[in-house]
Amino acid sequence: MRILDMVGDTPLLRLDKIAAEVPGIVLSAKAEFCNPSGSVKDRAAKAMLLDGMQKGLLKKGKIILDATSGNTGVAYAMMGAALGHAVTLYMPANANAERKRMLGGYGAHIVYTDPLESSDGAYLAARAAAAADPGVYFYPDQYNNKANALAHYDGTGAEILRQSRITHFVACMGTSGTFTGVAGRLKAHDSAIRAIAVQPDSPLHGIEGTKHMQSTIRPGILDESLIDDVIAVSTEEACAMTRRLAREEGLLVGISSGANVQAALKLARKAPRHSEIVTILCDTGTRYLSDSFWEAET
Amino acid sequence: MAVTILIPTALRAFTDRKAEVEVEGGTAGEAIAAFAGAYPDIRNHLYDDGGNLRSFINIYVGEKNVKNASGLETPVPDGETVMIVPAIAGGKAPAPDCGARSNDKGRRP
Repeated sequence: MRILDMVGDTPLLRLDKIAAEVPGIVLSAKAEFCNPSGSVKDRAAKAMLLDGMQKGLLKKGKIILDATSGNTGVAYAMMGAALGHAVTLYMPANANAERKRMLGGYGAHIVYTDPLESSDGAYLAARAAAAADPGVYFYPDQYNNKANALAHYDGTGAEILRQSRITHFVACMGTSGTFTGVAGRLKAHDSAIRAIAVQPDSPLHGIEGTKHMQSTIRPGILDESLIDDVIAVSTEEACAMTRRLAREEGLLVGISSGANVQAALKLARKAPRHSEIVTILCDTGTRYLSDSFWEAET
Repeated sequence: MAVTILIPTALRAFTDRKAEVEVEGGTAGEAIAAFAGAYPDIRNHLYDDGGNLRSFINIYVGEKNVKNASGLETPVPDGETVMIVPAIAGGKAPAPDCGARSNDKGRRP
């Protein structure tokens, strides 16, 4: 077995303590922190790199280059090391310390972009660098690469159907690869399954890796026709649920996982009895230990 | 004292797309309050219900994060910049160049 073979087939965990206030509802979450680099992004990164190899775009000696706010970069860095490719990542300078250190640990080269410009500054810089030297770089372009969403259509979505009797799927969106791929797969199986997108409540937020779609331009792979409803979550709510997951369920996960579970709980309060709600635990909380929100008592 | 607020792209919808504005303030807290006063729609994005700056927002005076100085009491010299940055990078990508999007539900993307 190789490290890339460890991607996917993650457990579906029941969140019974969190769901105690909504009797009759099953609340479950995909443990995506079980992927080898610690996040759901391993699925998309693996799919985009293998797609590039199959198309002859990712050849020996090429450098993998993309923009990332963190998790995709860590996945590329791990896989680049395993596959023998150098990795260059464009990342906003305000990405957190753990990510920067992990990327350095894998030997990736990081180019920091203006923190005020968020991920769009990183995106523009990465795109320009890839276009200037196409012979040097392989540029997956995670926001616009269909292999990203297909990884979740063929992988995450199919796994959820095997592991549950899902009625509602809830997930936040960054590139929207997870949401678009999983929701597409679930609705292909049963068009009655509802897909609910999670949104930060403000364009200025701290829910890492998620987009506030009203104030930002949509990723190319997003299929909005799959969105049945949208639930807004504040950064404070997401952080509070992240603490609850650690303290009540023993799950030390990241802030976007907290946002997903908080939105799933909001949905559960108004969902019909016997609904089975599935969401995503996007990454491990060890990536956020330098953040102060862990210090609150509740 | 006149200081320059550097505005993140996420908030520029409220500032007529301006990337920076000049305000009066002797401390980081005064400068941010003056900024919120000039653009009232921004207030709820910067402050919580108790009137405190939302905890995930970092304020830099020049190159220095005020969390490593005197917080919102950190003095701002005349002509200095005050930068507003969320603690963690959120995702935002500009318009992709790709073509039409499928509206067929339940198809492979």
